Amino acid sequence: MSPRAARRAVKAALFAACLVPLAVLAADAVGGRLGAEPIRATELRLGIWGLTLLVATLSITPLRRLTGWNVLGGYRRMLGLFAFTYIALHFLTWFGVDQFFAVKYIGQDLAKRPYITVGFASFLLMIPLALTSSAAMVRRLGRRWKTLHSLVYLAALGGIVHFVWEVKADRTVPTRYAVILVALLALRFVPTRSRRAAAAREVPVPPRPPSGAAAPAGADA
Amino acid sequence: MLVRRAPDIRSSEITPESLYLNRRAFLAAAGFAALNAALPAAGRARTGHHADEDKPNSYQDITHYNNYYEFGTGKEEPAENAGNFRTRPWKVEVSGEVAKPAQYDLDDLLHGQTIEERIYRHRCVEAWSMVIPWNGFPLRSLIERFRPTSRAKFVEFTTLLDPSQMPGQRSDILPWPYVEGLRMDEAMHPLTLVVTGLYGRPLPNQNGAPLRIHVPWKYGFKSAKSLVRIRFVETQPLNTWNVSVPNEYGFYANVNPNVDHPRWSQARERRIGEFFRRPTLMFNGYADQVASLYAGMDLRRYF
Repeated sequence: MSPRAARRAVKAALFAACLVPLAVLAADAVGGRLGAEPIRATELRLGIWGLTLLVATLSITPLRRLTGWNVLGGYRRMLGLFAFTYIALHFLTWFGVDQFFAVKYIGQDLAKRPYITVGFASFLLMIPLALTSSAAMVRRLGRRWKTLHSLVYLAALGGIVHFVWEVKADRTVPTRYAVILVALLALRFVPTRSRRAAAAREVPVPPRPPSGAAAPAGADA
Repeated sequence: MLVRRAPDIRSSEITPESLYLNRRAFLAAAGFAALNAALPAAGRARTGHHADEDKPNSYQDITHYNNYYEFGTGKEEPAENAGNFRTRPWKVEVSGEVAKPAQYDLDDLLHGQTIEERIYRHRCVEAWSMVIPWNGFPLRSLIERFRPTSRAKFVEFTTLLDPSQMPGQRSDILPWPYVEGLRMDEAMHPLTLVVTGLYGRPLPNQNGAPLRIHVPWKYGFKSAKSLVRIRFVETQPLNTWNVSVPNEYGFYANVNPNVDHPRWSQARERRIGEFFRRPTLMFNGYADQVASLYAGMDLRRYF
Protein backbone atom coordinates (compact mmCIF):
# COMPACT_ATOMS: atom_id res chain seq x y z
CA MET A 1 0.00 0.00 0.00
CA SER A 2 1.37 3.39 -0.94
CA PRO A 3 1.65 5.96 1.85
CA ARG A 4 -1.09 7.92 0.17
CA ALA A 5 -3.47 4.95 0.11
CA ALA A 6 -2.61 4.17 3.73
CA ARG A 7 -3.45 7.71 4.76
CA ARG A 8 -6.76 7.43 2.98
CA ALA A 9 -7.57 4.15 4.66
CA VAL A 10 -6.76 5.57 8.10
CA LYS A 11 -8.90 8.59 7.34
CA ALA A 12 -11.85 6.44 6.28
CA ALA A 13 -11.51 4.35 9.44
CA LEU A 14 -11.37 7.49 11.58
CA PHE A 15 -14.44 8.86 9.83
CA ALA A 16 -16.34 5.67 10.61
CA ALA A 17 -15.09 5.68 14.21
CA CYS A 18 -16.38 9.22 14.72
CA LEU A 19 -19.83 8.08 13.66
CA VAL A 20 -19.91 5.18 16.12
CA PRO A 21 -21.13 7.18 19.16
CA LEU A 22 -23.95 8.60 17.08
CA ALA A 23 -24.92 5.15 15.81
CA VAL A 24 -24.85 3.72 19.34
CA LEU A 25 -26.99 6.61 20.56
CA ALA A 26 -29.51 6.04 17.79
CA ALA A 27 -29.61 2.30 18.51
CA ASP A 28 -30.08 2.93 22.24
CA ALA A 29 -32.84 5.43 21.56
CA VAL A 30 -34.70 2.98 19.33
CA GLY A 31 -34.08 0.11 21.77
CA GLY A 32 -35.29 2.15 24.76
CA ARG A 33 -31.92 1.96 26.52
CA LEU A 34 -31.56 5.63 27.40
CA GLY A 35 -33.07 5.28 30.86
CA ALA A 36 -35.91 7.13 32.49
CA GLU A 37 -34.99 10.53 31.07
CA PRO A 38 -33.95 9.83 27.47
CA ILE A 39 -33.86 13.47 26.38
CA ARG A 40 -31.38 14.40 29.05
CA ALA A 41 -29.33 11.27 28.40
CA THR A 42 -29.14 12.24 24.71
CA GLU A 43 -28.02 15.77 25.51
CA LEU A 44 -25.40 14.51 27.91
CA ARG A 45 -23.95 11.96 25.52
CA LEU A 46 -23.81 14.37 22.58
CA GLY A 47 -22.17 17.03 24.73
CA ILE A 48 -19.59 14.63 26.15
CA TRP A 49 -18.67 13.33 22.69
CA GLY A 50 -18.49 16.86 21.31
CA LEU A 51 -16.09 17.87 24.07
CA THR A 52 -14.07 14.67 23.69
CA LEU A 53 -13.66 15.19 19.96
CA LEU A 54 -12.78 18.84 20.51
CA VAL A 55 -10.01 17.87 22.93
CA ALA A 56 -8.86 15.17 20.50
CA THR A 57 -8.69 17.81 17.75
CA LEU A 58 -6.61 20.06 19.97
CA SER A 59 -4.22 17.25 20.79
CA ILE A 60 -3.25 16.70 17.15
CA THR A 61 -0.76 19.56 16.84
CA PRO A 62 1.02 18.89 20.16
CA LEU A 63 1.18 15.19 19.27
CA ARG A 64 2.56 15.98 15.85
CA ARG A 65 5.23 18.18 17.37
CA LEU A 66 6.19 15.69 20.04
CA THR A 67 6.38 12.73 17.73
CA GLY A 68 7.39 14.43 14.50
CA TRP A 69 4.61 12.51 12.71
CA ASN A 70 3.43 15.26 10.43
CA VAL A 71 0.93 12.89 8.89
CA LEU A 72 -1.29 13.43 11.97
CA GLY A 73 -2.06 16.96 10.81
CA GLY A 74 -4.07 15.47 7.97
CA TYR A 75 -6.78 14.27 10.38
CA ARG A 76 -7.27 17.46 12.33
CA ARG A 77 -9.95 19.11 10.22
CA MET A 78 -12.13 16.01 10.15
CA LEU A 79 -11.97 15.62 13.92
CA GLY A 80 -12.77 19.30 14.38
CA LEU A 81 -15.78 19.10 12.10
CA PHE A 82 -17.05 16.04 13.94
CA ALA A 83 -16.64 17.87 17.25
CA PHE A 84 -18.70 20.71 15.80
CA THR A 85 -21.33 18.27 14.52
CA TYR A 86 -21.80 16.64 17.93
CA ILE A 87 -21.96 19.99 19.70
CA ALA A 88 -24.46 21.29 17.13
CA LEU A 89 -26.61 18.19 17.73
CA HIS A 90 -26.27 18.72 21.49
CA PHE A 91 -27.53 22.27 21.08
CA LEU A 92 -30.33 21.29 18.70
CA THR A 93 -31.53 18.55 21.07
CA TRP A 94 -31.77 21.12 23.85
CA PHE A 95 -33.42 23.72 21.62
CA GLY A 96 -35.82 21.60 19.61
CA VAL A 97 -36.54 18.57 21.78
CA ASP A 98 -35.85 19.40 25.44
CA GLN A 99 -37.24 22.94 25.29
CA PHE A 100 -39.35 22.20 22.20
CA PHE A 101 -38.69 25.66 20.67
CA ALA A 102 -40.18 27.40 23.72
CA VAL A 103 -38.50 30.67 22.79
CA LYS A 104 -39.68 32.44 25.92
CA TYR A 105 -37.97 29.98 28.26
CA ILE A 106 -34.96 29.57 25.98
CA GLY A 107 -34.42 33.34 26.00
CA GLN A 108 -34.70 33.48 29.78
CA ASP A 109 -32.24 30.63 30.17
CA LEU A 110 -29.74 32.22 27.79
CA ALA A 111 -29.95 35.52 29.66
CA LYS A 112 -30.08 34.26 33.25
CA ARG A 113 -28.21 30.96 33.41
CA PRO A 114 -24.45 31.46 33.06
CA TYR A 115 -23.81 27.82 32.18
CA ILE A 116 -26.24 28.05 29.28
CA THR A 117 -24.91 31.45 28.19
CA VAL A 118 -21.34 30.16 28.13
CA GLY A 119 -22.28 26.92 26.39
CA PHE A 120 -24.25 28.75 23.72
CA ALA A 121 -21.50 31.34 23.19
CA SER A 122 -18.94 28.56 22.75
CA PHE A 123 -21.15 26.88 20.18
CA LEU A 124 -21.58 30.19 18.29
CA LEU A 125 -17.82 30.64 18.37
CA MET A 126 -17.35 27.34 16.59
CA ILE A 127 -19.60 28.26 13.66
CA PRO A 128 -17.12 30.57 11.88
CA LEU A 129 -14.41 27.99 12.51
CA ALA A 130 -16.44 25.26 10.84
CA LEU A 131 -17.31 27.59 7.95
CA THR A 132 -13.66 28.48 7.32
CA SER A 133 -12.31 24.96 7.57
CA SER A 134 -12.09 24.25 3.86
CA ALA A 135 -8.72 24.24 2.08
CA ALA A 136 -9.95 27.14 -0.05
CA MET A 137 -10.70 29.22 3.05
CA VAL A 138 -7.32 28.33 4.54
CA ARG A 139 -5.68 29.69 1.42
CA ARG A 140 -7.89 32.74 1.25
CA LEU A 141 -7.43 33.79 4.85
CA GLY A 142 -3.71 33.12 4.87
CA ARG A 143 -2.06 34.09 8.13
CA ARG A 144 -5.37 35.30 9.60
CA TRP A 145 -6.70 31.73 9.44
CA LYS A 146 -4.39 30.66 12.24
CA THR A 147 -5.34 33.63 14.39
CA LEU A 148 -9.02 32.96 13.81
CA HIS A 149 -8.73 29.28 14.56
CA SER A 150 -6.85 29.80 17.82
CA LEU A 151 -10.35 30.69 19.07
CA VAL A 152 -10.95 26.97 19.27
CA TYR A 153 -9.16 27.01 22.63
CA LEU A 154 -11.66 29.56 23.88
CA ALA A 155 -14.54 27.39 22.63
CA ALA A 156 -13.12 24.34 24.40
CA LEU A 157 -12.61 26.32 27.60
CA GLY A 158 -16.19 27.60 27.36
CA GLY A 159 -17.45 24.06 26.82
CA ILE A 160 -15.68 22.84 29.93
CA VAL A 161 -16.91 25.80 32.02
CA HIS A 162 -20.43 25.00 30.76
CA PHE A 163 -19.96 21.42 31.95
CA VAL A 164 -18.49 22.35 35.35
CA TRP A 165 -21.28 24.83 36.05
CA GLU A 166 -23.95 22.35 35.07
CA VAL A 167 -23.06 19.47 37.40
CA LYS A 168 -24.31 19.38 40.97
CA ALA A 169 -21.58 18.15 43.29
CA ASP A 170 -19.45 15.63 41.45
CA ARG A 171 -16.98 17.55 39.26
CA THR A 172 -14.76 14.55 38.54
CA VAL A 173 -15.51 14.24 34.83
CA PRO A 174 -15.44 17.94 33.87
CA THR A 175 -12.22 18.34 35.86
CA ARG A 176 -10.59 15.65 33.74
CA TYR A 177 -11.37 17.63 30.59
CA ALA A 178 -10.06 20.81 32.19
CA VAL A 179 -6.75 19.16 33.13
CA ILE A 180 -6.30 17.81 29.61
CA LEU A 181 -7.10 21.18 28.05
CA VAL A 182 -4.61 23.01 30.28
CA ALA A 183 -1.96 20.41 29.45
CA LEU A 184 -2.59 20.77 25.72
CA LEU A 185 -2.45 24.54 25.97
CA ALA A 186 0.79 24.34 27.94
CA LEU A 187 2.33 22.06 25.31
CA ARG A 188 1.69 24.78 22.77
CA PHE A 189 4.23 26.95 24.57
CA VAL A 190 6.90 24.28 24.71
CA PRO A 191 9.33 25.17 21.94
CA THR A 192 9.70 22.51 19.27
CA ARG A 193 13.05 20.98 18.43
CA SER A 194 13.52 23.12 15.35
CA ARG A 195 12.63 26.26 17.28
CA ARG A 196 15.03 25.34 20.06
CA ALA A 197 17.77 24.79 17.52
CA ALA A 198 16.99 28.11 15.92
CA ALA A 199 17.06 29.84 19.27
CA ALA A 200 20.43 28.28 20.04
CA ARG A 201 21.84 29.74 16.86
CA GLU A 202 20.39 33.08 17.93
CA VAL A 203 18.79 33.43 14.58
CA PRO A 204 15.26 34.84 14.55
CA VAL A 205 12.61 32.31 13.64
CA PRO A 206 11.74 32.87 10.00
CA PRO A 207 8.16 33.93 9.42
CA ARG A 208 5.93 31.14 8.25
CA PRO A 209 4.94 31.18 4.60
CA PRO A 210 1.48 32.65 4.40
CA SER A 211 -0.44 29.98 2.62
CA GLY A 212 -1.45 26.49 1.62
CA ALA A 213 0.89 23.67 0.87
CA ALA A 214 3.89 24.95 2.81
CA ALA A 215 1.97 25.46 6.04
CA PRO A 216 1.55 22.06 7.65
CA ALA A 217 -0.07 23.56 10.73
CA GLY A 218 -2.91 24.99 8.65
CA ALA A 219 -5.67 22.52 8.00
CA ASP A 220 -5.11 19.13 6.47
CA ALA A 221 -3.56 20.67 3.38
CA MET B 1 -51.57 -4.34 55.44
CA LEU B 2 -48.72 -6.17 57.09
CA VAL B 3 -45.06 -5.43 56.73
CA ARG B 4 -43.33 -8.51 55.51
CA ARG B 5 -39.89 -9.28 54.29
CA ALA B 6 -39.30 -10.08 50.66
CA PRO B 7 -38.87 -13.87 50.97
CA ASP B 8 -42.25 -14.20 52.71
CA ILE B 9 -44.15 -12.80 49.79
CA ARG B 10 -44.87 -15.30 47.08
CA SER B 11 -44.77 -13.87 43.59
CA SER B 12 -48.39 -14.94 43.16
CA GLU B 13 -49.35 -12.54 45.91
CA ILE B 14 -47.96 -9.52 44.13
CA THR B 15 -50.40 -7.69 41.94
CA PRO B 16 -48.91 -7.41 38.46
CA GLU B 17 -47.92 -3.87 37.79
CA SER B 18 -50.20 -3.50 34.79
CA LEU B 19 -53.22 -4.56 36.86
CA TYR B 20 -52.05 -2.30 39.63
CA LEU B 21 -51.90 0.64 37.24
CA ASN B 22 -55.31 -0.18 35.80
CA ARG B 23 -56.73 -0.30 39.26
CA ARG B 24 -55.16 3.05 40.07
CA ALA B 25 -56.52 4.52 36.86
CA PHE B 26 -59.95 3.18 37.72
CA LEU B 27 -59.80 4.58 41.23
CA ALA B 28 -58.48 7.91 39.98
CA ALA B 29 -61.26 8.09 37.42
CA ALA B 30 -63.84 7.21 40.03
CA GLY B 31 -62.41 9.81 42.39
CA PHE B 32 -62.29 12.38 39.67
CA ALA B 33 -65.92 11.75 38.74
CA ALA B 34 -66.95 12.18 42.38
CA LEU B 35 -64.89 15.34 42.59
CA ASN B 36 -66.47 16.69 39.43
CA ALA B 37 -69.90 16.21 40.89
CA ALA B 38 -68.98 17.83 44.17
CA LEU B 39 -67.03 20.89 43.09
CA PRO B 40 -68.06 24.14 41.44
CA ALA B 41 -66.65 24.64 37.96
CA ALA B 42 -63.71 26.88 38.87
CA GLY B 43 -62.45 24.58 41.59
CA ARG B 44 -62.87 21.56 39.40
CA ALA B 45 -60.60 22.85 36.67
CA ARG B 46 -57.77 23.41 39.11
CA THR B 47 -58.11 20.27 41.16
CA GLY B 48 -58.81 18.11 38.16
CA HIS B 49 -55.51 18.98 36.51
CA HIS B 50 -53.49 16.70 38.72
CA ALA B 51 -56.07 14.14 39.73
CA ASP B 52 -56.39 13.43 36.06
CA GLU B 53 -52.71 13.36 35.12
CA ASP B 54 -50.91 11.89 38.10
CA LYS B 55 -50.33 8.43 36.80
CA PRO B 56 -47.75 6.56 38.86
CA ASN B 57 -44.42 6.06 37.14
CA SER B 58 -43.36 2.52 36.39
CA TYR B 59 -41.58 0.42 39.01
CA GLN B 60 -38.62 0.26 36.60
CA ASP B 61 -38.30 4.06 36.37
CA ILE B 62 -38.80 4.63 40.09
CA THR B 63 -36.09 2.10 40.92
CA HIS B 64 -33.62 2.99 38.15
CA TYR B 65 -33.55 6.76 38.22
CA ASN B 66 -32.32 7.70 41.67
CA ASN B 67 -30.31 10.41 43.31
CA TYR B 68 -28.65 8.52 46.12
CA TYR B 69 -25.05 9.73 46.10
CA GLU B 70 -24.02 7.18 48.73
CA PHE B 71 -24.29 4.64 45.91
CA GLY B 72 -22.86 6.84 43.13
CA THR B 73 -23.74 10.12 41.44
CA GLY B 74 -25.10 8.57 38.24
CA LYS B 75 -28.87 8.12 38.13
CA GLU B 76 -28.59 4.37 37.50
CA GLU B 77 -25.67 3.77 39.84
CA PRO B 78 -27.78 3.28 43.00
CA ALA B 79 -29.63 0.43 41.26
CA GLU B 80 -26.28 -1.06 40.22
CA ASN B 81 -24.47 -0.61 43.53
CA ALA B 82 -27.11 -1.11 46.22
CA GLY B 83 -27.97 -4.72 45.46
CA ASN B 84 -26.01 -6.22 48.38
CA PHE B 85 -26.78 -3.49 50.88
CA ARG B 86 -27.71 -5.10 54.22
CA THR B 87 -30.94 -3.77 55.70
CA ARG B 88 -31.22 -6.38 58.49
CA PRO B 89 -30.36 -6.21 61.29
CA TRP B 90 -31.05 -2.47 61.39
CA LYS B 91 -31.04 -0.16 64.36
CA VAL B 92 -32.36 3.35 64.66
CA GLU B 93 -31.15 5.66 67.39
CA VAL B 94 -33.75 8.05 68.77
CA SER B 95 -32.07 10.78 70.77
CA GLY B 96 -32.07 14.40 71.83
CA GLU B 97 -35.09 16.09 73.35
CA VAL B 98 -37.23 13.01 73.96
CA ALA B 99 -38.65 11.44 77.09
CA LYS B 100 -36.59 8.29 76.67
CA PRO B 101 -33.68 8.21 74.22
CA ALA B 102 -33.16 4.68 72.93
CA GLN B 103 -31.87 2.43 70.22
CA TYR B 104 -34.67 0.64 68.45
CA ASP B 105 -34.50 -2.45 66.39
CA LEU B 106 -36.23 -1.73 63.09
CA ASP B 107 -38.95 -4.31 63.64
CA ASP B 108 -39.76 -2.84 67.06
CA LEU B 109 -39.91 0.60 65.51
CA LEU B 110 -42.40 -0.54 62.88
CA HIS B 111 -44.41 -2.66 65.28
CA GLY B 112 -48.02 -1.56 65.52
CA GLN B 113 -47.85 0.91 62.65
CA THR B 114 -50.55 0.60 60.03
CA ILE B 115 -48.96 0.65 56.60
CA GLU B 116 -50.99 2.63 54.09
CA GLU B 117 -50.53 3.42 50.45
CA ARG B 118 -49.84 7.02 49.50
CA ILE B 119 -49.44 8.13 45.92
CA TYR B 120 -47.18 11.18 46.10
CA ARG B 121 -45.73 13.54 43.57
CA HIS B 122 -41.97 13.68 43.94
CA ARG B 123 -40.21 16.79 42.65
CA CYS B 124 -36.43 16.80 42.41
CA VAL B 125 -34.50 20.06 42.77
CA GLU B 126 -33.05 19.20 39.33
CA ALA B 127 -36.44 19.97 37.74
CA TRP B 128 -37.70 16.46 37.04
CA SER B 129 -40.54 14.73 38.81
CA MET B 130 -42.24 11.39 39.31
CA VAL B 131 -45.42 10.00 40.82
CA ILE B 132 -44.67 7.27 43.33
CA PRO B 133 -47.04 4.85 45.08
CA TRP B 134 -45.31 4.62 48.46
CA ASN B 135 -46.21 2.36 51.35
CA GLY B 136 -45.66 3.77 54.79
CA PHE B 137 -47.20 5.63 57.70
CA PRO B 138 -47.23 9.22 58.93
CA LEU B 139 -44.04 10.27 60.70
CA ARG B 140 -46.35 11.85 63.23
CA SER B 141 -47.42 8.50 64.64
CA LEU B 142 -43.79 7.56 65.22
CA ILE B 143 -42.91 10.90 66.82
CA GLU B 144 -45.87 10.67 69.18
CA ARG B 145 -44.51 7.39 70.51
CA PHE B 146 -41.13 8.95 71.29
CA ARG B 147 -42.75 11.75 73.31
CA PRO B 148 -40.46 14.67 72.46
CA THR B 149 -40.05 17.32 75.15
CA SER B 150 -41.24 20.91 74.81
CA ARG B 151 -37.71 21.88 73.82
CA ALA B 152 -37.90 19.80 70.64
CA LYS B 153 -38.30 22.37 67.85
CA PHE B 154 -36.70 20.44 64.98
CA VAL B 155 -36.05 16.84 63.96
CA GLU B 156 -32.75 15.78 62.45
CA PHE B 157 -32.42 12.66 60.29
CA THR B 158 -29.13 10.89 59.68
CA THR B 159 -28.39 8.37 56.95
CA LEU B 160 -26.15 5.37 57.55
CA LEU B 161 -22.40 6.00 57.30
CA ASP B 162 -20.73 2.87 55.97
CA PRO B 163 -18.23 3.36 53.14
CA SER B 164 -17.70 -0.41 52.97
CA GLN B 165 -21.27 -0.79 51.75
CA MET B 166 -21.79 2.66 50.25
CA PRO B 167 -19.12 3.26 47.63
CA GLY B 168 -20.11 6.88 47.12
CA GLN B 169 -19.01 7.66 50.67
CA ARG B 170 -15.43 6.81 49.71
CA SER B 171 -15.12 10.13 47.93
CA ASP B 172 -15.84 13.47 49.52
CA ILE B 173 -18.35 14.85 47.02
CA LEU B 174 -20.58 15.60 50.02
CA PRO B 175 -19.80 15.75 53.74
CA TRP B 176 -20.87 12.33 55.07
CA PRO B 177 -23.04 11.12 56.67
CA TYR B 178 -26.02 12.74 54.98
CA VAL B 179 -28.13 14.74 57.38
CA GLU B 180 -31.46 16.44 56.86
CA GLY B 181 -33.95 18.14 59.09
CA LEU B 182 -37.51 19.36 59.43
CA ARG B 183 -39.21 21.87 61.64
CA MET B 184 -41.38 20.10 64.21
CA ASP B 185 -44.65 21.24 62.61
CA GLU B 186 -43.43 19.99 59.23
CA ALA B 187 -42.45 16.64 60.71
CA MET B 188 -45.84 16.36 62.44
CA HIS B 189 -47.79 17.24 59.29
CA PRO B 190 -50.04 14.35 58.21
CA LEU B 191 -48.52 14.34 54.70
CA THR B 192 -45.01 13.65 56.00
CA LEU B 193 -44.46 9.96 55.50
CA VAL B 194 -42.16 7.28 56.85
CA VAL B 195 -41.65 5.04 53.84
CA THR B 196 -41.16 1.28 54.07
CA GLY B 197 -42.33 0.11 50.66
CA LEU B 198 -43.10 0.88 47.07
CA TYR B 199 -45.78 -0.57 44.79
CA GLY B 200 -46.78 -2.91 47.61
CA ARG B 201 -43.29 -4.41 47.78
CA PRO B 202 -40.55 -3.86 50.35
CA LEU B 203 -38.62 -0.66 49.71
CA PRO B 204 -35.76 -1.35 47.25
CA ASN B 205 -32.29 -0.52 48.55
CA GLN B 206 -31.70 2.16 45.91
CA ASN B 207 -34.83 3.98 47.10
CA GLY B 208 -33.61 4.26 50.70
CA ALA B 209 -34.33 0.92 52.36
CA PRO B 210 -35.14 -0.07 54.96
CA LEU B 211 -36.56 3.22 56.16
CA ARG B 212 -36.77 6.69 54.67
CA ILE B 213 -39.01 9.68 54.86
CA HIS B 214 -40.84 11.49 52.09
CA VAL B 215 -41.99 15.08 52.34
CA PRO B 216 -43.96 15.58 49.14
CA TRP B 217 -44.10 19.38 49.10
CA LYS B 218 -40.33 19.73 49.35
CA TYR B 219 -37.53 19.03 46.90
CA GLY B 220 -36.41 15.41 46.99
CA PHE B 221 -33.14 16.01 48.83
CA LYS B 222 -35.10 16.87 52.01
CA SER B 223 -36.33 13.28 52.23
CA ALA B 224 -33.45 11.43 53.85
CA LYS B 225 -32.94 7.72 53.16
CA SER B 226 -31.73 4.66 55.08
CA LEU B 227 -32.19 6.35 58.44
CA VAL B 228 -30.08 5.33 61.42
CA ARG B 229 -30.76 8.28 63.69
CA ILE B 230 -33.71 10.51 64.49
CA ARG B 231 -32.69 13.32 66.82
CA PHE B 232 -34.92 15.96 68.34
CA VAL B 233 -33.22 19.31 68.75
CA GLU B 234 -33.90 22.84 69.87
CA THR B 235 -32.12 24.71 67.07
CA GLN B 236 -32.32 24.31 63.32
CA PRO B 237 -30.14 21.35 62.33
CA LEU B 238 -27.66 21.45 59.48
CA ASN B 239 -28.64 19.80 56.24
CA THR B 240 -26.03 18.31 53.94
CA TRP B 241 -26.77 20.09 50.66
CA ASN B 242 -27.01 23.41 52.43
CA VAL B 243 -23.63 22.81 54.07
CA SER B 244 -22.18 21.80 50.71
CA VAL B 245 -23.56 24.67 48.56
CA PRO B 246 -25.33 27.20 50.82
CA ASN B 247 -26.43 29.62 48.11
CA GLU B 248 -28.11 26.88 46.05
CA TYR B 249 -29.84 24.67 48.62
CA GLY B 250 -31.65 26.03 51.64
CA PHE B 251 -33.05 24.42 54.75
CA TYR B 252 -36.71 24.70 53.77
CA ALA B 253 -36.43 23.64 50.11
CA ASN B 254 -40.14 23.95 49.52
CA VAL B 255 -41.10 23.33 45.89
CA ASN B 256 -41.64 26.82 44.54
CA PRO B 257 -41.94 27.76 40.87
CA ASN B 258 -41.27 31.41 41.71
CA VAL B 259 -37.89 30.93 43.36
CA ASP B 260 -35.30 29.67 40.90
CA HIS B 261 -32.27 27.63 41.67
CA PRO B 262 -29.35 30.01 40.95
CA ARG B 263 -28.35 27.90 37.96
CA TRP B 264 -31.70 26.84 36.53
CA SER B 265 -35.37 27.73 36.51
CA GLN B 266 -37.81 25.95 38.81
CA ALA B 267 -40.87 27.19 36.90
CA ARG B 268 -41.25 23.96 34.96
CA GLU B 269 -40.37 20.32 35.37
CA ARG B 270 -40.12 17.23 33.26
CA ARG B 271 -42.34 14.47 34.55
CA ILE B 272 -40.42 11.27 33.89
CA GLY B 273 -42.05 9.55 30.93
CA GLU B 274 -43.47 12.73 29.43
CA PHE B 275 -42.16 14.65 26.45
CA PHE B 276 -43.26 18.18 27.28
CA ARG B 277 -42.22 20.00 30.40
CA ARG B 278 -45.11 20.86 32.67
CA PRO B 279 -45.51 23.85 34.99
CA THR B 280 -44.31 23.29 38.54
CA LEU B 281 -46.99 23.89 41.16
CA MET B 282 -46.54 25.83 44.39
CA PHE B 283 -45.62 23.39 47.19
CA ASN B 284 -45.67 20.70 44.50
CA GLY B 285 -49.46 20.94 44.32
CA TYR B 286 -49.95 20.48 48.08
CA ALA B 287 -50.46 24.19 48.83
CA ASP B 288 -53.96 23.66 50.22
CA GLN B 289 -52.56 21.37 52.88
CA VAL B 290 -49.24 23.03 53.75
CA ALA B 291 -49.18 26.70 52.75
CA SER B 292 -50.40 27.72 56.21
CA LEU B 293 -47.18 26.34 57.75
CA TYR B 294 -45.30 29.18 56.08
CA ALA B 295 -47.76 32.05 56.51
CA GLY B 296 -45.91 35.33 56.74
CA MET B 297 -42.53 33.82 55.81
CA ASP B 298 -40.45 35.30 53.02
CA LEU B 299 -40.03 32.19 50.89
CA ARG B 300 -37.41 33.89 48.76
CA ARG B 301 -35.22 34.32 51.79
CA TYR B 302 -36.08 30.99 53.37
CA PHE B 303 -35.68 28.98 50.16
